[in-house]
Amino acid sequence: MAAQTTTKVPTRANVLPACLLAWVLPGAGHLYLGRKGKGLVFLAAIGALFVLGVAMKSRLELYLGLEDPLNLLFSVAQIAVGAPYFIARALGYESGLVTAVTYEYGNTFTAVGGLLNILVILDAHDVAIGRKR
Amino acid sequence: MTSHLLILFVFSALVATVFATLLRESLRDRLRFGLVSFGAFVLSALVLGWVMGPFPS
Repeated sequence: MAAQTTTKVPTRANVLPACLLAWVLPGAGHLYLGRKGKGLVFLAAIGALFVLGVAMKSRLELYLGLEDPLNLLFSVAQIAVGAPYFIARALGYESGLVTAVTYEYGNTFTAVGGLLNILVILDAHDVAIGRKR
Repeated sequence: MTSHLLILFVFSALVATVFATLLRESLRDRLRFGLVSFGAFVLSALVLGWVMGPFPS
C-alpha cells in the first residue's frame, strides 16, 4: 500500500525526467517513478556490470567519429551507462590495460551494461506513459 | 577475477537478472525466467566453446 502511494501517476510530464534520470544513473528513472524494487535491481546489476568491467581493465574510450563505425558503436554503448562512465573517465580509468588477460571481458561487461541500460531507459519510458507497471 | 568460468557465471547472472526484471512482472515469473536464461547463457557458452575446440588458435 505504501508503495502505491509513492508511485507516480502515469503522465506525459514524467517521461522526460524519467528517461533522463534513467540514463544518468541506471535505475534512477524507475526510482523517480516510484518503482523502487525494479530501480534498485537495475542499479545493482548494471552498476555491478560496469564496475566489474572497469576493474577488469576495460578501456573507456570516447570516440564519436565516423571513420571507425564499430568503435563508435562501442563508445555509444559505454556512454549509455551514464554518469558512472564519465566519473570513471574523470578518475583516470579511460585507457584500460590492453595487455591484461581480462581486458576483453572488461570491454564486454562495460558495453553490455550500457546496452542493458538502453533497455532500462525504454522500460522507464513505458512505465512513465502507463504502458507498463 | 581471472577465472573464465567465474566471469561467465557472474556475467550470466547479472544479465539474466536485468532481463527477468524487465520482461516479467511477478516475483515467481522473474525467478523462473532468470534461472532459465542464466542456464541458457551458461550452457550455450559452454557448448559453443566445446564446438570451437577443434579450431586452430
